[in-house]
Amino acid sequence: MKVLVTVAEVGTVEDDFEIDGTAIDERYLEYDLNEWDDYAVEEAVQLVEEGLADEVVTVTIGPERSEETIRMALAKGADRSVRVWDDSFDGLLDVGVKTELLRAVVAEEEPDLILTGVQTGDAMFGATGVSLASAVDLPWAAVVNDLEFDGETAHVHRELEGGVEELTDVETPAVLTIQTGINEPRYASLRGIRQAQSKEIAVKTLTDLGIDGVESRLEMTEMYEPDVEGDATVFEGSAEETAVQLAGALREKGVGAQ
Amino acid sequence: MTGVLAIAEHRRGELRDVSYELIGAGRELADDLDEELHVAVISGQVGEFAQSLSKEGVDVVHTVSDGAEFNHDVYTQVTERLADELDPTVVLVPNSVNGLDYGPAVADRLDRPLVTDVVDASFEDGLTATREMYGSKVETTVEVDAERTVVMVRGGEWPGASGNGDPEIREVDVEIDESAVRTTVTGFEEVGGGDVDIGDAEVLVSVGRGIGEAENIELIEELADALDATLSASRPIVDSGWLPKNRQVGQSGKTVTPEVYIAIGISGAVQHVAGMKGSETIVAINTDPNAPIFDIADYGIVDDLFDVVPALIDEFEG
Repeated sequence: MKVLVTVAEVGTVEDDFEIDGTAIDERYLEYDLNEWDDYAVEEAVQLVEEGLADEVVTVTIGPERSEETIRMALAKGADRSVRVWDDSFDGLLDVGVKTELLRAVVAEEEPDLILTGVQTGDAMFGATGVSLASAVDLPWAAVVNDLEFDGETAHVHRELEGGVEELTDVETPAVLTIQTGINEPRYASLRGIRQAQSKEIAVKTLTDLGIDGVESRLEMTEMYEPDVEGDATVFEGSAEETAVQLAGALREKGVGAQ
Repeated sequence: MTGVLAIAEHRRGELRDVSYELIGAGRELADDLDEELHVAVISGQVGEFAQSLSKEGVDVVHTVSDGAEFNHDVYTQVTERLADELDPTVVLVPNSVNGLDYGPAVADRLDRPLVTDVVDASFEDGLTATREMYGSKVETTVEVDAERTVVMVRGGEWPGASGNGDPEIREVDVEIDESAVRTTVTGFEEVGGGDVDIGDAEVLVSVGRGIGEAENIELIEELADALDATLSASRPIVDSGWLPKNRQVGQSGKTVTPEVYIAIGISGAVQHVAGMKGSETIVAINTDPNAPIFDIADYGIVDDLFDVVPALIDEFEG
């Protein structure tokens, strides 16, 4: 059984940052493996370790820079990777575009199971997995935080709001979007990192995938820091001084009264 | 042509708040378009739901009675069918866990662009939406270059519709293609339980990612003891296995309304805030002055928790 995992490289922002046009200024961004995808990779690698899967392939839509992140997924146990990029991509790639690109990769790879993170930490769209499932006509389940796979059917828990989980059976091949907390993602071992250097990252252009061109139907026209509506009393001074002030406020609310 | 088609959400026999918020958002967009607002309710006790959804500003409620509970294959088929028939400019879906389980499929089938997690929207020449990015650190304006869209609305951003209206109620018979229903809901499970119910606590000391390491939780436990409070946590702490699931506050955990909620090293992601914003007094301790938690806090300290918390323990124990 082949498992395809979508892996995104996301920008993470420091506490203080500046905005340059419609993007965070590069100086304040660091790039990392998307948190949700880390759990998806771990779930796939565990399926191999349990003898249920034979191969884990990752697919990333990203520029050359993202190969560092892809190597991280390879170091954690993925077997090989596909990276899709075209220099014509700029700005916001909408869900439809990502779906079209990933659909072409799915057609080539013909995986038995596709795992995606629930969302990315930067754009936070949360939609690619289900959109892809629809486009390739596979069953799916979104926001999965428990997976038991018997070889044919995926028995999953979907994490709903308010501490309720829905138990759902999904026929495979299928697409599952993976929620954080489903497992404990491993750290890449030194051996894994070494091995990752020799694993394949196949780079695909639009032409390779037989796609004429793509056009995002969404355009980001503004980015700004949200207005802070808060009217919090912020205590100032040393830690000892602020602790005294806060303790006073808490005591007024009856906290700590025996 | 219909201006807006909004799909209501219910679970285990009850309409969820976001259904009424969708009516609020839907009416605004329908006014921009000078067209009608249609609401659809799918599965379960649709007759009763339709009565509840008959709010001011709603023109038509469509009821489709297939199935008892949410099934994304049924919702996808029904929504697609209604959209084909009504040709709405905007299909509105809640940005809930279930919304995310069928909204993107509807957009794909209808070949419409999709905008998710929308906190504000208007329609002039086209749809303009406001979204957040980077864990709510920035807001963005997104313009859609298409005549028709699917928009997913974040809960809690629009006031829920309240006044009663008198919409037309249409029972709709949609023939479901059963061969395309490939998922089966087998039940529900409450998570948590266990030793402590954080929902009962009057004072909660809640710890987040800022704590860094599992062993540092002990420091927060000490503070909770000193304040005679109950210990709770945000999602990353529970995901890491540092505290059990029954301690989790937030959209996917427990909704709490204590008299005092002390958020330590918690930035205040929207999913967390959804579970604790009803607290009477909110205190935030965080190094990042721009952390969204300060937007809803009553008292704040911008400092390293490892300096402030021991000093606070001394204050109460000293």
